[in-house]
Amino acid sequence: MKFIFDKDTWQEIYGSIRKNKLRTGITIIGVMWGIFLLVVLLGAARGMENNFDKMFGDFATNSVFVWGQTTSKPFKGFQEGKRMRLKITDVDYIKSEVKGVEFVVPRNRTQSLVVNNFKSLTVGIFGDYPLLDKVQKKHLVYGRFINENDIKERKKVCVISNDTYKQLFDKNEYPIGKYVKINNINYLVVGHYKNKQMGGGGPQGGVHIPFTTFQQVYNQGENIGWLMVTAKPDVSIAQVEADTKLLLNNLHKVHPKDGRAFGSFNLGDKIKKVTGFLTGMQFLTWFVGIATLIAGVFAIGNILLITVKERTKEIGIRRALGAKPGEIRRQIVLESVFLSTIAGALGIIFGGILLMLIDTLWGHGEDASLVNPTVNIPVILIAFVTLIVLGTLIGLIPAQMAVSVKPIEALRDE
Amino acid sequence: MIKIEKLHKSYPIGKKDFLHVLKGIDLHIKEGEFVSIMGSSGSGKSTLLNIVGLLDEHDEGSYYLNKQKIERLDEKKAAILRNKFLGFVFQSFNLISYKTALENVALPLYYKGVSRKERQETALKYLDKVGLKDWAKHLPNELSGGQKQRVAIARALVANPKVVLADEPTGALDSTTTDSVMELLTAINDEGMTVFVITHEQEVADQTDRIVTLKDGIIISDEITEKGKKTRHYV
Repeated sequence: MKFIFDKDTWQEIYGSIRKNKLRTGITIIGVMWGIFLLVVLLGAARGMENNFDKMFGDFATNSVFVWGQTTSKPFKGFQEGKRMRLKITDVDYIKSEVKGVEFVVPRNRTQSLVVNNFKSLTVGIFGDYPLLDKVQKKHLVYGRFINENDIKERKKVCVISNDTYKQLFDKNEYPIGKYVKINNINYLVVGHYKNKQMGGGGPQGGVHIPFTTFQQVYNQGENIGWLMVTAKPDVSIAQVEADTKLLLNNLHKVHPKDGRAFGSFNLGDKIKKVTGFLTGMQFLTWFVGIATLIAGVFAIGNILLITVKERTKEIGIRRALGAKPGEIRRQIVLESVFLSTIAGALGIIFGGILLMLIDTLWGHGEDASLVNPTVNIPVILIAFVTLIVLGTLIGLIPAQMAVSVKPIEALRDE
Repeated sequence: MIKIEKLHKSYPIGKKDFLHVLKGIDLHIKEGEFVSIMGSSGSGKSTLLNIVGLLDEHDEGSYYLNKQKIERLDEKKAAILRNKFLGFVFQSFNLISYKTALENVALPLYYKGVSRKERQETALKYLDKVGLKDWAKHLPNELSGGQKQRVAIARALVANPKVVLADEPTGALDSTTTDSVMELLTAINDEGMTVFVITHEQEVADQTDRIVTLKDGIIISDEITEKGKKTRHYV
C-alpha cells in the first residue's frame, strides 16, 4: 500500500493523464454525470417526500369521510332510490359501536355571500365543532378556533381562512373583533388561520361557524352534511370504513349489502398510494443513478483500454527497463480509481450545488414544490465507495491487458 | 558474463509449421568485452539479442547470465534481472515521449526502488557523462537523433548493469552521429562495461573488438578485429 502515498506513483499517473487531457476530461464528465444525476434525483425525491409530509403533516391521515347518497336496493318496504341523510345521533353510535375509532367529526356546509363593508365574496360556510382542529390542524394567525362555549350558546362567531381574509379585509388589517355579514346576519370574527395543507381532506378554506349556530340559521335540524371518522394510529382504516358503513346501513334501515346508500372517501388509502408512489420513485432514482454510474465506470474502463492499447509500446519499454507486471497493473488500476474518485467527487459537489440552487428557487414559501431537497451523507458515501470499488474492478481489465502482451511484442508495436 | 550453449529457438508459423531461427548457437562473452553480432536480416541476430536480453525465452540449450542459469523465468523475475543486469539501447531510441530526458534516464532507477532525490542526481550524472546535462529538461521531440540515442545510452547505464545490449543503435542515425554514438559506446567499454551490439553495418562492427557473424541461425565466423587485437582482453 506504500505506493499509494508515493509521490512518484502520482507523478506517473499525472503524466499519463496529461498526455490525454481531452479524452480524460470527457471520461470524467461521463462518470460525474452519473453521480450528479444520482445526487440530484435523490435530493429531488427527498424534497418531494418532504413536501408531501408537509402537506399531510397537519392532517389526520388515518381517516375516512362518509356522506349520505341514495339507496340502490329496496329494503323493509322502502323502494330503492331513497335519499339518505346522516343524523347527528349517528355520531355517538359510531363512536360507541365501531372498534378503533378515535374521533367522529360531523360537518355541515353551504355556500353563501360574505360581506364586509364594501368587500364581499361567495364562499363555503362550514358548521364545525372544536374537534375539527384535532383532525385538520388550523394554524391560527390571530384569535382562536370555535370553542365549546360557542357551541353551547350558538354564538354568532366565525373563524376565517387566509384566502377569505385576503378578499374581505385590507392588507395587514386586524380582523379579530370585526363583524362580517353572512346572509345578512352579523358574525363576530374570532379567528384567522392559515391553511397549509392541500386538498384531499374534503372542502377547506372559507368560513367556519359553530355547528349549532349552523343548525339553527340554516334550519338543518338533526341533519349532517358529512362525517369525518379517524381511526387510532394502529387500526386499519379500511376496516373502520366498512364497519361504519354497515352500522349506518343498520341505523338507517338500509339493506346490509347496499354499498351505495352511503358514500365514503378513504384518505388513508389515497395517502398510502402516494407514499407507495414515492417509494417507487426512490427505487427508480436509485436504479437510474446506479445504472448511470455503472455506465460511467464502463466508460472509464473503455478509455483505459484504448489508452493501454495506445501505450503498448511505452509499456513494453518500461518492462524492458525492469518494470514488474505488478507495477504496471497497479499503475493502471490506480489510474482508474483516481479518475473515478475525481469524477465522483466533482459529481457530488455539482449535485450538491444544484440542490442548493433548487432549494433557493423552489424550496421556500407557501407553495414550495420541493421542500428541503437533501441527500443523506451515508447514502452519498455508499454511492462513492461503490463507485471506487467499481472503478477498481473495471481497471483490472485494461491492467490485465497491459501485462498480457509480451514485452518483446510490445516493443515491436508501432 | 554471457555463456550460451547449443541454443535453439523456433517460432510457430500457422498451426503446424515452425520457423527454426536459431540452430544451436554457442557463444561465450567475457566481462568487459565489446562484441558485435553481424548478419543480414533474418539471420537470427535480433532473436539472439532478445533471448540474451530476457525479452524472449529459448527453447533448447542453456544460457547463463552472470553465472546464473536462465530457465523458466516468470515475468516478474525476468523484470528484476533485466533491471539489475541489463541496459537496453534500441534502434528507434524508445524514449517515453512525454517525459523529459532526465525523467527518461531516471526511469530504470524508479523500478529499482531508488529514492527520488538519488534518482535525479544519478540520472543527471549520467546525462552529463553523455554530454547532455544542459538538455535535461527537454522532451525527446526537442532533441536530435544523436542526442536521443545518447539519452537512451545514459538510460541504459544508469542502473549500473553488467551488460549493455544495443540493437542497431546506429540504424536510424547519419554517419557523423553514428561515429559519436560508437565513440560513446567505446568509451563505456573502456570503463569496463560489457557491450553487446547488433548491427549490419561493417563500419560499426569494425569499431568493436570482436565480430560474431550469424547466417541462417548459426555462427559462421567469430573474429577479433584489428582494434580488438590491441585491447587487453585478447593480448
